[in-house]
Amino acid sequence: MGFSFARFSAVLVKEFIQMRRDRITFGMMIGIPIMQLFLFGFAINSDPKHLPTLVEMADQGPITRAMLMAMKTSDYFAFEGIVTDREAGDRALRDGSANFVAVIPPGFERDVIRGLSPQILLAADASDPSAAGNAVAALSGIVSTAMAQTLTGPLRATAPSPAPFSVTVHKQFNPEGRTATNIVPGLLAIILSMTMVMITAVAIVRESEKGTMETLIATPVRPAEVMLGKITPYILVGYVQTLVFLLAARVIFDVPFLGSRLAFFTGFNLYIVVNLALGFLISTVTRSQMQAMQISFFTLLPTILLSGFMFPFAGMPGWAQVIGNAIPATHFLRITRKVMLKGAGLADISHDLAAIGLIMLVIVAVALKRYRQTLD
Amino acid sequence: MTADLAISVRGLTKDFGSHRVVDHFDMDVPKGAIYGFLGPNGSGKTTTIRMMCGLLTPESGTGQCLGFDIIREAQQIKEHVGYMTQKFSLYEDLTIRENLDFIARMYRMKDRSAKVSAALADLGLTNRAGQLAGTLSGGWKQRLALAAAMLHGPQLLLLDEPTAGVDPKARRDFWDEIRRLSAQGVTVLVSTHYMDEAVQCDFIAYIAYGKKLISGPAGDIPALVGLTTWRVEGPDISGLEARLRKTPGVDQVARFGAVLHVSGKDKAALAQVVATERAQGLHQWHEQAGGLEEAFIYLMAGAPDTLGNDGAAAGGA
Ligand SMILES: Nc1ncnc2c1ncn2[C@@H]1O[C@H](COP(=O)(O)OP(=O)(O)OP(=O)(O)O)[C@@H](O)[C@H]1O
Ligand SMILES: [Mg+2]
Repeated sequence: MGFSFARFSAVLVKEFIQMRRDRITFGMMIGIPIMQLFLFGFAINSDPKHLPTLVEMADQGPITRAMLMAMKTSDYFAFEGIVTDREAGDRALRDGSANFVAVIPPGFERDVIRGLSPQILLAADASDPSAAGNAVAALSGIVSTAMAQTLTGPLRATAPSPAPFSVTVHKQFNPEGRTATNIVPGLLAIILSMTMVMITAVAIVRESEKGTMETLIATPVRPAEVMLGKITPYILVGYVQTLVFLLAARVIFDVPFLGSRLAFFTGFNLYIVVNLALGFLISTVTRSQMQAMQISFFTLLPTILLSGFMFPFAGMPGWAQVIGNAIPATHFLRITRKVMLKGAGLADISHDLAAIGLIMLVIVAVALKRYRQTLD
Repeated sequence: MTADLAISVRGLTKDFGSHRVVDHFDMDVPKGAIYGFLGPNGSGKTTTIRMMCGLLTPESGTGQCLGFDIIREAQQIKEHVGYMTQKFSLYEDLTIRENLDFIARMYRMKDRSAKVSAALADLGLTNRAGQLAGTLSGGWKQRLALAAAMLHGPQLLLLDEPTAGVDPKARRDFWDEIRRLSAQGVTVLVSTHYMDEAVQCDFIAYIAYGKKLISGPAGDIPALVGLTTWRVEGPDISGLEARLRKTPGVDQVARFGAVLHVSGKDKAALAQVVATERAQGLHQWHEQAGGLEEAFIYLMAGAPDTLGNDGAAAGGA
């Protein structure tokens, strides 16, 4: 049974031509992932202004006023009122009526003038990191500029050279601040899965639905030539998507890539293959492109919800974890996070690789058992 | 297996679910012959052709195609057979040239681009070669598909209703081409619903509800069906037609304009009817050599239930 490279490449070229002419699918492959990345990216990077802020004032004076005024003019903070004690501030954070509580400690003005560099505490609700992040980041700058302006004239001499006081930010509820750093690598797993599975399934079913499969298999072409010829273009699409992603992650979202490239590459290739195999499997159980799309979508929901992308995996109930473990994205998600964010190498992800490998074996076995080279 | 048969199958049987679509089908197609494959819609022609070139696996039965076993050696069969599907099944989103070129690559043809260009020139599509195949008219799609099936110079052509929807001039060109190929030793199995095409065939097989009812050299078919036919002309032909349809001894009345063809299986009984009618002196009656057309209409009338389940009826020849 000779494998003809010529026939394989003919199928490949044909597939590329069809891909290029099929605007909708082409858009789905390149456009939608990029669009989603930017949608997510925009949400993550959103720069919310006028966030409700309360002040707990244990001292008052010109410096305090100047500082609060500067915070207000920065547009990040909208002062909603004064709280008298810590308890009230915490309650407001918890029920969401305030995003920040700024706490001015007793004797603040005096300590500034004495050069004791007192601390202002900014308690932030970081459960929604995108809401709190930028405001917090901007705070130190805002405050020190304000101080530099206030402490001119008679008070100038009292201005201590480094900083008159410091701001301590206390993030509550989500201390690590789950942000782009966490979401972008996960998004890669989801988008790869979505496009690879659906496009493969649709590309193969299209031949049966349009009847072209009959002409195709009436020629001497071998199943392996058809399958590889049809799948290879989509492997390339997966590479392109991933490249765009990694670039965007680095350039736009400033997500680090700390770990081993080899580890990432290994996991990534395995993940692409398992998704193509799943698409192949779906194509063997469906008769129309519409059905193939629907089943692909059906696999997408658990991938998003149970892989640990949406909700922390460890927090899911046992049965959901069992299902989650059978989803390739769960393991690839761990690989991307471990490698990109925690600097993992091949050895650190061997369990995840093994899990994807196992899932792949099962899918390929079932798919090959179902594949027919006839019209039966 | 005889060496001078291009196709020889025995007992081919195919089920779809519980529905038996082809039932113990036998066929011998001599090399170089033009073999017509006729039968009503849904009778199993397409299914049978697919089994012959390895696209469907029969439930039971054996056979060879160009000396290769239809079940175990489908791969070799595909190298030497040109199959034109009933439904257009080239790529609508590829251009005409891209389609032919793709097919040529599938057969790993030498001089690929020269052969493709020649095929385009034969079709008269050279200056439309860059047009998407999906934008061709129905008849032109058909002609393109035919050219694609013949592109690699196969020894055996399996053509499933190749001229459906094709205009008369193109049909005549097509049959000229078929006869030319046949003279060169190419074997052609062609399914058709057109009687004028059936008469061009050397051999004919007639299938209904999955069973072969009759087969043989085209000229023998009317005799095999065993019909006697009379041709009638005269006044009030409609009244006569209505009356004859109810007359015992007349099995079939077919109208051709102002002319009736009256046929019967029982020659003597029909002669009796003719004698009675002639006695009235209103119409002119001429005995007529049995035609293929009457034979097939008769066969179809005997096997109307091709959509049914078992085809229990079916008086064949
Ligand atoms: N893939 C299939 N699944 C189920 N039934 C099928 C399938 N293919 C064909 N059939 C059934 O088999 C029977 C024979 O179909 P086939 O296409 O062989 O008839 P045909 O003689 O070619 O008819 P036509 O003259 O209309 O082309 C029909 O009843 C059809 O519904
Ligand atoms: Mg048919």
